[in-house]
Amino acid sequence: MLQRQVGGKPIHYLDSANSSHKPNRVIDAMSQFMREGYAPIGRSSYTLASDASNAYEAARAKVARFINAPSPREVVFTKNATESLNLAAQSWGRANLNEGDVAVLTHMEHHANIVPWQMLAAEKGLEIRWVPLTADFQLDLTSLDSLLRGAKVFAFTSMSNVLGTINPVRELCDAAHRAGAIAIVDGCQSVPHMTTDVQAWGADMLAFSSHKMCGPTGVGIFWARESLLDAMPPFLGGGGMISEVRLDGFTCAELPAKFEAGTPPIVEVIGLGAAVDFLSEIGMNEVRRHEIELTNYAYRALKDRYGDDITIHGATNPELRGATFSFAFRGVHPHDVSQVLDQHNVYVRAGHHCAKPLMRLIGANATARASMYLYSNENDVDALVEALDDVSSIF
Amino acid sequence: MSNLEDLYREVILDHYRTPRNKGELPPPAVCTEGSNPLCGDEIKIFLDVRDGIVHDVRFSGHGCSISQASASMMTTAVKGKPVDAVRAVAKRFKQMMTIEEDDGSTPADVKLGDIEALQGVVKYPVRIKCAVLGWNTLLEGLATVGA
Ligand SMILES: Cc1ncc(COP(=O)(O)O)c(C=O)c1O
Repeated sequence: MLQRQVGGKPIHYLDSANSSHKPNRVIDAMSQFMREGYAPIGRSSYTLASDASNAYEAARAKVARFINAPSPREVVFTKNATESLNLAAQSWGRANLNEGDVAVLTHMEHHANIVPWQMLAAEKGLEIRWVPLTADFQLDLTSLDSLLRGAKVFAFTSMSNVLGTINPVRELCDAAHRAGAIAIVDGCQSVPHMTTDVQAWGADMLAFSSHKMCGPTGVGIFWARESLLDAMPPFLGGGGMISEVRLDGFTCAELPAKFEAGTPPIVEVIGLGAAVDFLSEIGMNEVRRHEIELTNYAYRALKDRYGDDITIHGATNPELRGATFSFAFRGVHPHDVSQVLDQHNVYVRAGHHCAKPLMRLIGANATARASMYLYSNENDVDALVEALDDVSSIF
Repeated sequence: MSNLEDLYREVILDHYRTPRNKGELPPPAVCTEGSNPLCGDEIKIFLDVRDGIVHDVRFSGHGCSISQASASMMTTAVKGKPVDAVRAVAKRFKQMMTIEEDDGSTPADVKLGDIEALQGVVKYPVRIKCAVLGWNTLLEGLATVGA
């Protein structure tokens, strides 16, 4: 895909924070499974079905290892991270939060980690508190302990999808626990790009999406501590999640099936397993190292060429940020920036990035965002720098 | 570059750089807000309509060159016009943007003039909503004043 040419010129895909491209081995694993191994899982006893079930469960085990979960039983497959966060709010939240209870979020959340809590707050009468940001768009932790006082849940992103800011997950989980709250991590932006260790973090729940980490769309991951999952009511009801159904009620299946109602995205989970293999073999430290280098390169290239004409939001130190840049260029509207860049096959995203509260703080209705991944390289950055020149020539 | 010249015509850039009728009108002029939830563009249209005539119109807010230029050109096209004529121009404009069918109800002599420069937007479907934001907000405003 990334070798593809449009209008006779190479493409420069700088929208990986939105969704990533897929390596051949993921595509091959999925098509091979469909050609040679496809069968429904979990229900039928013939050989092909049990092989498919094993492949599905093997992918679950890979994901568990990838995030250092104590057990694959704690890994639940959903449709996407958004569904995972809704599961957290609707299942855990509905069972554990009551009128007047406090949920704490941050000003840099994606709508996916805001709206499910607002929906629950409207229903239950919860209070939502917000961790503010500092002038350079880091979380302002000075009053974190008092914000968390009395809170039952602290849900936050490990990396901002707009600014690339990397949050101190361990510290935030500790603060949540000191206050007696559980810590829910939206890992969408960090899991694809750096090492994830839910045990070292001390996190209680984690949500992320396959499609941002070289895997296919259609599958998301919800991880939670086994003790929490055990106590949580099911989210969706149906086949696969029950052990018994009678006319007067049902009993739930064991973990993790309890949270996987209906036929799951079998092929996509196989693809995700291949993506995890791909990333693990390269090594997440290596992915991170590449992105730090590239971030450094991009930052310097943009600043050298455009100086104060370009404002890159967020941290300047590449150790403190991911390879995602939101920028403002010479007062030109982001739509116009991205339109001109598109003409040069440089694909960036312009908009509010599903983080409107954060956009209000930045003081913009929209930003242009360039985001990179392990397959991005200096040519992509150079193409961006060159194409921006054309923006200045028009506006 | 050659392709973009179709989109960013000189008149459009001119209206973007020096917008006409940008600002606000005090009450009793009516203010209507419009926004583009997907891209975050926001606009306010101020309308002074009396006796079926759009006596004055202003717009404020922020958005990309296309939405700003389109709103600016719109204000010059509708100021001083009878409401019926304004509706007809809006309809013609939406037809040009391919979001409304030409059902033949708009008389052939309703002309867009300069606004035709926005024709190039049609080739960029995601930008169509930028171009029509001001127009839709204007129509909403006309509906609120009951004109
Ligand atoms: C930080 C963050 N959270 C949640 C999401 C939602 O992910 P999905 O759309 O895959 O459910 C995204 C994706 O844009 C994100 O960047």
